[in-house]
Amino acid sequence: MANKVADSISREEFFYGHKACAGCGGSLAVRAALKVLGPNAVSVLPAGCMSAVGFNFPQLCFSNNSIISTFAGTASMLTGVEAGLRARGYKDFTAVGFAGDGGTADIGIQALSGAIDRNDNIIYICYDNEAYMNTGIQKSGLTPFGAKTTTTPAGANIHGNIRPKKNMFEIAAAHDIPYAATASVGYIYDFIQKVRKASQIQGTKYIHVIAPCPTGWGVAPDETVDIAKEVVDCGLWYLAEYENGEFRLNHKPKEFTSVEDYLKKQGRFKHLTDEDISIITASRDKKWEFINKNFEL
Amino acid sequence: MSKKFLSGNEAFAEGIRLARPQVISAYPITPQTIVVERLSEMVEDGSLNAEYVHVESEHSALSCAIGASAAGARAFTATSSQGLLYMAECLYYAAGGRFPIVMMNADRSTALPWNIYGDQRDSLSQLDSGWIQAYAENAQEALDLALMSYKIAENKAVSTPYMANLDGFILTHTYETVEIPDREQADRFLPPYETDNRIDFDNPKNMAFSAGPDTNYIFKYKEHEGVLAARDVINETEKEFAEIFGREYTGLTENYLTDDADYVIVTLGSIAGLCRETADKLREQGVKAGVVRIRYMRPFPNEELAEALKNVKAYGVLEKDISFGNEGTVFTNVNSALKKAGVNVPGYDFVGGLGGRNISPADIEKIYSDIEKGTDSVNFIGIGGGNNGK
Repeated sequence: MANKVADSISREEFFYGHKACAGCGGSLAVRAALKVLGPNAVSVLPAGCMSAVGFNFPQLCFSNNSIISTFAGTASMLTGVEAGLRARGYKDFTAVGFAGDGGTADIGIQALSGAIDRNDNIIYICYDNEAYMNTGIQKSGLTPFGAKTTTTPAGANIHGNIRPKKNMFEIAAAHDIPYAATASVGYIYDFIQKVRKASQIQGTKYIHVIAPCPTGWGVAPDETVDIAKEVVDCGLWYLAEYENGEFRLNHKPKEFTSVEDYLKKQGRFKHLTDEDISIITASRDKKWEFINKNFEL
Repeated sequence: MSKKFLSGNEAFAEGIRLARPQVISAYPITPQTIVVERLSEMVEDGSLNAEYVHVESEHSALSCAIGASAAGARAFTATSSQGLLYMAECLYYAAGGRFPIVMMNADRSTALPWNIYGDQRDSLSQLDSGWIQAYAENAQEALDLALMSYKIAENKAVSTPYMANLDGFILTHTYETVEIPDREQADRFLPPYETDNRIDFDNPKNMAFSAGPDTNYIFKYKEHEGVLAARDVINETEKEFAEIFGREYTGLTENYLTDDADYVIVTLGSIAGLCRETADKLREQGVKAGVVRIRYMRPFPNEELAEALKNVKAYGVLEKDISFGNEGTVFTNVNSALKKAGVNVPGYDFVGGLGGRNISPADIEKIYSDIEKGTDSVNFIGIGGGNNGK
């Protein structure tokens, strides 16, 4: 398997020499995606972790054409880049955006919705590390229920974040987008395949990849991949696609691993009570009821 | 050359058609909307070969234009008022990235209270964003600015985005006969956009990067130099424009009867015509009245203003703007120009036209008489005056 994955992508590095934290899941997603898309990928990255670690003049780390957008403007700049290159006669290129969870689900959702609505020929990849990590771990619209962040402190009165994650995958799908997918850096081959598939589809493509942040999640840097795998295995995340108007589940765990084990491994969930964990487990079960009913396998 | 009866918006759209933008990002807002409507019709009928992008906000309109410019394409967008403020982040971004985008702004009041009519508080609030700012007086000038704008903005020494301002309704929606240059002549005047500041597959670039304290101010210094370089480039461009199209413009300012004037109104935009008419009338009565119309607020005509005002007895600035708690921003800029040049003559600020309120011939006459007699430092036309550090 490992060789198959490595052999399926470029040996070239396009995102290399950056200063991301050890074990950064976001940088892994960007690195792998660019190895799929190759040298003619044009990356658009908003203000956020990946631009902060990669674009500090004169230390610029992308070896493909790359540009920082405004925080809210990932999708709109992608639109402009794609239209501009096309207007100048280029055909063989891929306009790809890499935005975090805040840049996607919060401040960038309007521009993203506009781009999907226009069906611009772009790939938008949301690397979801479940909080505003670049500014120091503040709650975003994709921070999960119960997570402690620097703006959702865990105390006696409130146990961290009180709201569940916004469902960006189904929000994208509700636009009747040509292709949307969920992924996790813990299942990197699945992610790579989805990026490849997206690169072959005309119109707007949205991939939502879970990309743990050891710094923000409170796990060791060498646990990124394992925890990204476990979030899928315990059923709190899922690997799926939306295409031709239908949802498809790509991976159905035979039996879920323990939600409690997944949560208690992470500093951000350490404070959760049994009741909190049962709320999270119940919401997982409700979600899977929906998935089993509406997603093809 | 052909002649058409066009509104300011339509004239500007005609100029943009001749300029051949490759990407147009469009979002409607009164009183700008007719520009993007006309451009969509030109794309539909094939007379303009551009990617026309229906963005979902003004922020995206300019963000999209920045992306297109980064791809090396000539980009256009248009906005007004709340839209200009909503995209403000992208104004600074486009200027810092040295992307020579052209944008038309229909000058309009800003909420609250809501108001769709013309004043210049929207664009004047963005003087520090790094854009070249031109103010048209009539539809012909609007068309000509549209065509000249790209040549100025794209000049290698300038590489700065360009905002062409048209007074909302008063200019955007009034009709006049406009000369439209021939396509062939326009192409001779304005060649296709060529730049190194773009995505390049043979030589990949990292663009719009961060720059820390050591280098950031060098980029900002270069940005300042770029806007200043537009001074000469505007003059050169207007000279070439006159040679090809036969219409002459006068650079950053346009003077009227200032050579021997005792009392001068400095203003900008469409109200300048009424000021000139009033000056004519006063001249008949023996008052040596004159007018300076500021055509460009950035780069600012420091030297031109000092030269025009150095021998006057007093001057007034008539502007559709107020910087609350101080004075109109144009007044501040004009005073700075005179101070730097050692010109010490009395000057007064006249704030009018806010929210589209009419400025009458009688108002202008009163301004001249107030200038002559001396008045408060800052005067709201028809309301009264006050002094703030006079």
